[in-house]
Amino acid sequence: MIRVILALLLLAVPVHSETIVLGLSQDSVSITASFDGSDILIFGAVSRDAPEPLEKGKLGVIIAVSGPDQSVLVYRKARRMGIWVNTSEVAVDSAPSFYAVATSGPLQDVLSDTEDLRNRITIPRAIRSVGADVSDSDVFTQALIRIRAKDSLFQMNSGAVDLEQDTLFRTSFRLPANLIEGDYLARIFLTRGGTVIDSHSTVIPVQKVGLERWLYNLAHLQPFLYGLLSLIIAVAAGWAASVGAAALKR
Amino acid sequence: MQLYLPIAEVSVNIFLILGLGGLVGVLSGMFGVGGGFLITPLLFFVGIPPAVAVATSTNQIVASSFSALLAHLKRRTVDLRMGTVLLIGGLAGSTLGLVIFNHLRSLGQVDLLVSLFYVVFLGIIGALMLVESLNALLKARKPGGARKTRKHHYWVHNLPLKIKFRVSGLYISVIPPLIVGVLVGILSAIMGVGGGFIMVPAMIYLLGMPTKVVIGTSLFQIIFVTAYTTMLHATTNYTVDIMLALLLIVGGVIGAQVGTRIGMKLKAESLRILLALLVLLVCGKLGLDLLLQPSELYSLKAAGAL
Repeated sequence: MIRVILALLLLAVPVHSETIVLGLSQDSVSITASFDGSDILIFGAVSRDAPEPLEKGKLGVIIAVSGPDQSVLVYRKARRMGIWVNTSEVAVDSAPSFYAVATSGPLQDVLSDTEDLRNRITIPRAIRSVGADVSDSDVFTQALIRIRAKDSLFQMNSGAVDLEQDTLFRTSFRLPANLIEGDYLARIFLTRGGTVIDSHSTVIPVQKVGLERWLYNLAHLQPFLYGLLSLIIAVAAGWAASVGAAALKR
Repeated sequence: MQLYLPIAEVSVNIFLILGLGGLVGVLSGMFGVGGGFLITPLLFFVGIPPAVAVATSTNQIVASSFSALLAHLKRRTVDLRMGTVLLIGGLAGSTLGLVIFNHLRSLGQVDLLVSLFYVVFLGIIGALMLVESLNALLKARKPGGARKTRKHHYWVHNLPLKIKFRVSGLYISVIPPLIVGVLVGILSAIMGVGGGFIMVPAMIYLLGMPTKVVIGTSLFQIIFVTAYTTMLHATTNYTVDIMLALLLIVGGVIGAQVGTRIGMKLKAESLRILLALLVLLVCGKLGLDLLLQPSELYSLKAAGAL
């Protein structure tokens, strides 16, 4: 009984004895015509109102950046009549279009399984797949992770967060060129002994700008005009080519 | 130098795409083909999503065919009446082709459909061209070989709904050109090609049109069908990438000038053998991709993207 009361008392005191103060190298990412990926620097400090409670275990910092969620169809090929054809598919209800995790140390040291499950931090936890009617749907989810990891869309960077004197931390993420637009969410978890003691999140909007924005909007909002525009460009180019060729011959 | 394509949503090297356009331009200048059948698979190989590759190359064909058509109009080697009949068939075929394309896209089989079409058509055309040009070479060495009579004329002449095509000097039924038009339209929508490589032999051997009006007339039909296909793709799938098309066009225009000059220095038969080998090469590469076990059996399709 006394233990329960003690535990309740412990819970009652402000949990945030250690909190995160955060900074970003940029508030948003603009996809311009020359966009070739982008680096985002995430840095911050741990603010304390009491001495460091070392007895509760080691301090850890985990930073996860995720792109907009999408539903994804995963197809598997098999040989049919001599050729390789998509034969089975599994719909993954929700998978981030981009997902990168960086930690200050080996994952098993800085994050417990229960906390991972609760906060959906690691890559497999960030993917939600229910109601798959293929018996080996896990293989499809693994294939999704494998393919996205190959395109640098899923990154697991163990030990990539520099943590200095248990106070200052920093890491950088490489956003690849094949990004999709949307609000990217950066989540920062402060852990001690594998338990999350504070978390903080911030949104990094990723958007096409300038000509890219204009063309994309035109193509989706005024597809007829956009189609006409592309034809006019094509005809004009064809005409210019014949005029140019005639000029060259003279 | 990288360029982010707004519709394809991938970043590509400008010079790679210009080079691709240029290469296909050289070939189209050398051989007098539109080059759509080469540009689409090459775009697959550099990582452009198939739907965008097909839609964008139809747009590129409009540009490359337009300058060629202008030249033919000046020389009066376009049978406008025949072109219009082919065009009516082509528009119907293109609409049908896009329905098939979008249906298979929703089933996740569009890559297979496009690859199969390429393998089958490039294989047939490449083999026919190779055999025919090898024969022509042999005949040129042994003079006196009589030309085969074209049997097809007989049944083509017996169909109803005859019309006079003055420029071609033909009085035949509209049904065969309409069917040719429909077939070419389907190919245009599914393969992202103009279809000249099917239409030209069909016009010569099936309809019996004189060779000098064949190219101009097929160009006339191709421009309108590919323009229509571009509009269909742009309004139903939003997959026409103007930036990509522009790069291909610029490369193609320059390449075509180079190609025309190379073409004038080579003999017609050897040109056709080269083209046949090239067509078979592309066909072989796509065929092997279907036959051999891929290194990655799985593929992804995110909602709203392909």
